[in-house]
Amino acid sequence: MTPNPLLPALTAQAEAAAHSRTTTCPCGAPVTLADRPDATVVRHADTVAKAHAPDLTPTDLTPRLTTAAHLPDLLLPPLTPTPVDLHGRLVTFWPYGTPVDPADPDAAPWEAAATLLARLHRAPAPAALPPMRGPAKAARAISRLRAVTAAERTAPERPAATERTTTTERPAATDRTTATERPAATEPTTATPSVLRAWDTLPAWSRAEAPQPDSTTLCHGDLHLGQLVRHPAPDGPWLLIDVDDLGVGVPAWDLARPAAWYACGLLSPEEWTRFLTAYRAAGGTAVPAEGDPWPALDVPARALTVQTAARAITKALAEGRFLDEVEQSLVDACDRMASVPPELTHGHAK
Amino acid sequence: MQCPKCHAPMHTYNRNGVQIEQCSGCRGIFLDYGELESLTRLESQWSQPAPPPPAAPQAYPAAAPQAPAWGAPHGGHHGHGGHYGHKRHKSFGHMLFSS
Repeated sequence: MTPNPLLPALTAQAEAAAHSRTTTCPCGAPVTLADRPDATVVRHADTVAKAHAPDLTPTDLTPRLTTAAHLPDLLLPPLTPTPVDLHGRLVTFWPYGTPVDPADPDAAPWEAAATLLARLHRAPAPAALPPMRGPAKAARAISRLRAVTAAERTAPERPAATERTTTTERPAATDRTTATERPAATEPTTATPSVLRAWDTLPAWSRAEAPQPDSTTLCHGDLHLGQLVRHPAPDGPWLLIDVDDLGVGVPAWDLARPAAWYACGLLSPEEWTRFLTAYRAAGGTAVPAEGDPWPALDVPARALTVQTAARAITKALAEGRFLDEVEQSLVDACDRMASVPPELTHGHAK
Repeated sequence: MQCPKCHAPMHTYNRNGVQIEQCSGCRGIFLDYGELESLTRLESQWSQPAPPPPAAPQAYPAAAPQAPAWGAPHGGHHGHGGHYGHKRHKSFGHMLFSS
């Protein structure tokens, strides 16, 4: 992997910001928390610097930072109210918080996540806040999937593609797979039609082709377990982080990732029940207070299943490997979706 | 379970506390013993005041929460143990932490 030229500059920024907060910085080695095309995040002691996606403008970001600053019980507040420019990227500064431990599923804070979302959905949305970006991100994942699938099909003679089809290369490239535990091997591009068919069943608003049917409810827009930290570290209250997709929109979108994980068999009924029950107990408005929540969840959960499946295929292609068992379960759900149109799952059973 | 008519998978739904199975293919509905009576009883109580909400869901460990028709077979109310605990463990570390 080529080093990101932005990293040294961002690391220096994080250090400067950390030192402006304290005269007794322990100055351990800086840590790169994330380095993806859409975000680079560096920690220095108790300060985190984030370089946002290259296409994000101050007009997009500043009202979202302001919202976080105004809701410090729900959203981690930024250290500075406006972003700074670094090599053409917007950079923001945040206090460090302790994240959820990916190695300890039993410690996942489902109730805290649900309660924070319920309170966020009931908070008044500031004026001039742009739409929540969930549907736009789903549409982008589908565009990328179409592009990489088309490229794979029109260039079958490329060395990389040929190499991937040899029987020795695929399993070797899949480091999660052991010899005794082989998933059903699916060539990533063969899963693309299932994902696109499921996408085609979705209504226009969920594909970012029409405005969302709710333009007043404050939503996070990208809820997953990496979006929660305890602040002050290490045992302060849980708060939501990452305001890049925050905005007004359909609040069920924020519940739809756990809903999709449950629907795809990745989250147990017990954990899903804990999450949903806590959301309702905190007065969340995305689903009715009782009864079947799926009429409200169905479209967003489908969209996020499709988005996650699309990203999994794109990633597997880039890494030259098969889909793994978990990724395959998302594609299987897309297959089933195409035979059950969204409107049939609304209301009561026929 | 499989639909006795068209053999497509059947999915479990909870309707007012009654578990019913619906076929993902032909949309037919399967009722267990006593479930028709439970639904009839609910219908007869329709105009009466609603009963108090059920206690915490932990009190009913056997009842699976509602799931969409396109969802993975969770085993419905026939219990859900080890068969996906393994998948949960594999998915937790990466799938549940990324956009």
